[in-house]
Amino acid sequence: MNRLPLLVEIGTEEIPDGMIAPALEHFRQLFAGLLEEQRLAAEGVRLQTDGTPRRLVLRAENLPERQPDSEEWVLGPPVAAAFRDGGPTPAAEGFARKMGVTPAELERRQTSKGEYLACRKRTAGRPTREILAAALPELILKIHFPKTMYWTARGGPRFIRPIRWLVALLGDQVVPFELAGVRSGELSRGHRLLGAREIPVRPGDYLEALRRNYVLVSAAERRRRIESEITRLLEGSGLRLRPDPELLESLVYLTEYPTPILGRFEADYLSLPEEVLVTVMRHHQRYFSLEDAQGRLAPHFIAVMNAAGDPEGLVRQGHERVLRARFNDARFFWQLDRQKKLEDRLPLLAHVTYQARLGSYLDKARRMARLAGRLARRLKADAALIERAALLAKCDLTTEMVKEFTELQGVMGGLYARQEGQPEQVWRAVYEHYRPESMEDPIPSTLAGRLVSLADKLDSLQGCFRLGLVPSGSRDPFALRRAAQGVVRILVEGGLPLPLRKLIGRDRALAEFFEDRLRYYFREVRGFRYDEVNAALAAGWDDLTDLAARLEALAAVRPTENFEPLAASFKRIRNILEQAGVAPAPPRRTSAIEPGRLEPGPEAELYGAFLRVRARVKRLRRQRQYAPALQAIASLRPAVDRFFDHVLVNAPDPALRQNRLTLLSELLGEFSAIADFSEIVTTQEEK
Amino acid sequence: MQTFQDILMRLKQYWGSRGCVIQEPYDLEVGAGTMCPETFLRVLGPEPYRVAYIQPSRRPADGRYGENPNRLYKHWQLQVILKPSPDDIQDQYLASLEAIGIDLAKHDIKFEEDNWESPTLGAWGIGWQVMLDGLEITQFTYFQQCGGLDLEVVPVELTYGMERLTAFLQGKSSVYDLEWAEGVSYGQVRLADEVQFSVYNFELADVPTLWKLFRLHEAECGRLLEAWPGCPDKRRFPLLAAYDQVLKCSHLFNLLDSRGALSVTERVAVIGRVRKLAVGVAQAWLQQNRKETA
Repeated sequence: MNRLPLLVEIGTEEIPDGMIAPALEHFRQLFAGLLEEQRLAAEGVRLQTDGTPRRLVLRAENLPERQPDSEEWVLGPPVAAAFRDGGPTPAAEGFARKMGVTPAELERRQTSKGEYLACRKRTAGRPTREILAAALPELILKIHFPKTMYWTARGGPRFIRPIRWLVALLGDQVVPFELAGVRSGELSRGHRLLGAREIPVRPGDYLEALRRNYVLVSAAERRRRIESEITRLLEGSGLRLRPDPELLESLVYLTEYPTPILGRFEADYLSLPEEVLVTVMRHHQRYFSLEDAQGRLAPHFIAVMNAAGDPEGLVRQGHERVLRARFNDARFFWQLDRQKKLEDRLPLLAHVTYQARLGSYLDKARRMARLAGRLARRLKADAALIERAALLAKCDLTTEMVKEFTELQGVMGGLYARQEGQPEQVWRAVYEHYRPESMEDPIPSTLAGRLVSLADKLDSLQGCFRLGLVPSGSRDPFALRRAAQGVVRILVEGGLPLPLRKLIGRDRALAEFFEDRLRYYFREVRGFRYDEVNAALAAGWDDLTDLAARLEALAAVRPTENFEPLAASFKRIRNILEQAGVAPAPPRRTSAIEPGRLEPGPEAELYGAFLRVRARVKRLRRQRQYAPALQAIASLRPAVDRFFDHVLVNAPDPALRQNRLTLLSELLGEFSAIADFSEIVTTQEEK
Repeated sequence: MQTFQDILMRLKQYWGSRGCVIQEPYDLEVGAGTMCPETFLRVLGPEPYRVAYIQPSRRPADGRYGENPNRLYKHWQLQVILKPSPDDIQDQYLASLEAIGIDLAKHDIKFEEDNWESPTLGAWGIGWQVMLDGLEITQFTYFQQCGGLDLEVVPVELTYGMERLTAFLQGKSSVYDLEWAEGVSYGQVRLADEVQFSVYNFELADVPTLWKLFRLHEAECGRLLEAWPGCPDKRRFPLLAAYDQVLKCSHLFNLLDSRGALSVTERVAVIGRVRKLAVGVAQAWLQQNRKETA
């Protein structure tokens, strides 16, 4: 069958940079699904998507020209009712007529309900072009975007931005359809300012035709161009780029024809804090920062134009002027803000809303100081100092610098505190208290910073959960997931033995939320297996350093020979107890086991082993020697196996039976305090 | 060199020749050109409309006593509303830049995502900030909702920052050095304004008086909105006057804010009170204009 290339280009107004790559991936998936559903997913078909701010492009190679023909059996009346007196009945005649054949041409098919008359129906495959013309409008509108708009009129189609042109070509032929008042065709458009307004294209010459019109359709090609041009610009300059992959991605998707230019600013701006300069360049102007050979910030920057060149230097001058104005603002704020001490800004926080029902940032700062102080006293740290840092932490929200450059919150407070001569412990705690802002971001470097950060995040979590402002799906306006993840990382990686469960109080939703974050952290970030994480969590959690130690021990002991079989036995014990309605007994001093009722042999031996191992495990647990403790528990395996091989738990004598259940329940309870073994999925079960 | 007023007149000329009514500024204090009835009310309902006007936008908290070269208590926005939005609106917009002498082939233009929202007006839209060589010169917004209502046809709103554009074209780094008319600087025209209103807004505005005025205007608007449902002759009913009261309230709220007179809870509550009035007027206005066409 003939195979054809396909080109679909959705021409739009500028799509936000971060949304293009995910949309293209979804476009590809939707289209692959369509091919599958329409039996067009033949061997050798290749799909590729690419895009710029103004176009989402899907290209396919080797698409079959039409669907394969299909064949199906249509059943008529049962054979028993089809013939009478050697001739066809009216039912058989009617069926033959419906199928357009003579009764003699009908065949017979055996089904589970008996033999039926049947007719083979052949359907010729539809042309691919026709299928695509019918399916593409709906498919395009299904591409997911986080926020959509309508532009034709209320109730009209929704997309990320208005669709202005559509190219749809199968081979040399247009796939005809209409969407949002736009008819598909063979005309693309070039770069908004440098290219032609109408460009006839074919699937084979599309990329080249657009390149001639200053559009690099491939994101990879734009990325390469930015990188190689930057290298060229910096050659022999003594300047080095400070790599910024996130900014690079954003520029790749903000441009159709990216060209970097090298700009400079007056060296005396370097007297401003580097954090301020870099933030202004990166977040507000999307410029790359440069450094000199010694790694110091250089008075230069790289801007990336959506243009081919800047022969007269007009664009460079424009960017330099804007940056100068921004830096002047920053310098003005830096001078102005320092006229008022951070401490004196505290009352002003009463006018900054944290959340309508959770009060102002003054309220929050006071709560943070109380909590941070409590945590400090628990850890025998300098509570007065840490409370001071917590009180000052939010004061920079009233500075002009942070009002203008919100990304600098925390950092600015730290810089101002340092300028005022606050001790390093205090200013550094303020500076770092928003950390960690992502999985890659380090946690605060000092104890004071960690405690202030914990107090801030725990306060947000408790407050929001109390009001039912709980994240759901992709909605998390208060970034509570990040906050909880931060708490987990600070406690575990900072090695802080604090009772998290006590700190979050009795809020069950919040405890479950934390359990989710713990699962995520230990599985995805630390690489523990999911059943190990479940086992350690099921044994309870409070002090996360302890949880981490138990998990590490569990993962270490797991490959040893007795471990998994014992886990299987523990599961069996749990089932027996559940069936008997007996709960595993929590570890305690007194025992309800009556040794006198134990039968000599495997039962008494198990009891003996239990007592020995229990004493050892208790001692090891006190010392947090979890790996040897788990090994000791695993050594119970032969005794447990023999017990199950030779002893009937459900003994006819109720007192005997009760005593055996008690033995098992205390055994299970005692040895599940490090990890609940019954959560372990053994290799046996996986098979 | 093109003066501030040259640029303004050329843009008005440009949009006037594209079917826009050229309006003059609305004669009440507003925080943004969007708040003027020519935008806020005209975007409601199905009737096509095109208008352009220059509007001083007053933002008391942004005042800097005339000491900051880029920051102003009052700045000038050229507001353009095209309803419904034409398909080639981006091209028309870019051509307006060429009309004031910007050779686009020599510059770097980017449309960067920036969605606009005004909680006080129950309004939001989707769009961009237009960046010219790294300088934000225009807000470009497709309105989606206004007064809490989904709009029937989608208007586009272009808001040109006149000081920014002029600074770009004149190559000046301080707004006060811009040439407003030949031989007359922006500073000569406006500096006293900035100094005196900064002093008033930050230091001298009497808080109890502001509260009193706020409550008076709020009550007046409320009184009208209460009378609306029972009014027999809807066509004559002064909803426009009711809307003026909303604008007064909004400006008084901004003043109270710049005086630091609002606690957190008050701030949220007052925004809610103004929005209630704005939404009330928008809904009534829609009914009033339906009646006319019916």
